[in-house]
Amino acid sequence: MNDSLTLYGHAFASRLLLGTARYPSPAVLEAAVQRARPAMVTASLRRQGINATNAGESFWELLKRLGVPVLPNTAGCHSVQEAVTTAQMAREVFGTPWIKLEVIGDDYTLQPDTLNLVEAASLLIKDGFLVLPYTTDDLVLCQRLVDVGCQAVMPWAAPIGTGRGPQNPYALQTLRERLPVPLLVDAGLGLPSHACQVMEWGFDGVLLNTAVALSQDPVAMAGAFADAVAAGRAAHSAGAMAPQQAAQPSTPVLGTPFWHHDKA
Amino acid sequence: MNVTINQQAATLPAHATVQDALATLAARPPFAVAVNTRFVPNTQYASHALHEGDRIEVIAPVTGG
Repeated sequence: MNDSLTLYGHAFASRLLLGTARYPSPAVLEAAVQRARPAMVTASLRRQGINATNAGESFWELLKRLGVPVLPNTAGCHSVQEAVTTAQMAREVFGTPWIKLEVIGDDYTLQPDTLNLVEAASLLIKDGFLVLPYTTDDLVLCQRLVDVGCQAVMPWAAPIGTGRGPQNPYALQTLRERLPVPLLVDAGLGLPSHACQVMEWGFDGVLLNTAVALSQDPVAMAGAFADAVAAGRAAHSAGAMAPQQAAQPSTPVLGTPFWHHDKA
Repeated sequence: MNVTINQQAATLPAHATVQDALATLAARPPFAVAVNTRFVPNTQYASHALHEGDRIEVIAPVTGG
């Protein structure tokens, strides 16, 4: 059965999107990506210093070698103008219309600026971008993002880099119930079980970085997350049993040896 | 004229363009440019005139989440 992730009409075999930051080395990053085989890898843009080192060029070569679609982000942007300009620069550098839209409103929690996120998304959609907005789990905000043309939304599970897992299961599950577009949980996942959980709830994918990069063995953890995402998706598609209040034996009772009916 | 390139003060001749600023930085592809927080496409480097006080940003790919 074809069960690909479809975003803006583009099909992806994997439902895992993987970040490229904070790995022990470029070699480990490359091995982790090869192990996870993600739908996309995220990347960013920063100032090129005078007498720039070869680090940036090496990362660029690595990206080309990986052959995985790149999802540039607007990390660190605090205003609509900063985010739009960064997206335009990313489109030219990476040669892609995809953009993970981040407009940060609070530096301590890295919480998205919900008041400016919708305006930035609207401008970028009109400019031809395929916008994947990083957002809080507020239902009405996510609905507004859909209203301005976002064909997918990426609510957080917890603040970026915390690895705390879904902090508000009710809000996330409500989003899933109410919004018809693809939903990807982005940020805050720490364990493969977190990823599996949200996939079981019916989310369409997950985007994570730190949980893999800062694990003791990023390559193995990348594989664990890929397996967890696939397992959660399969479980969602299979349909879970309804929870029961009382115990029910799974082994047939009829013919049980030594069984007899006690009279009251 | 006095400008900043990636937050570093720089002095460029009158009528300088983005192309001249990039030469000062010895920028190496891949990169992209913004002036005063507005994107400047690479097709406009030679024609985009700079002005006193302009803030030029030259950015390149890095890892990200």
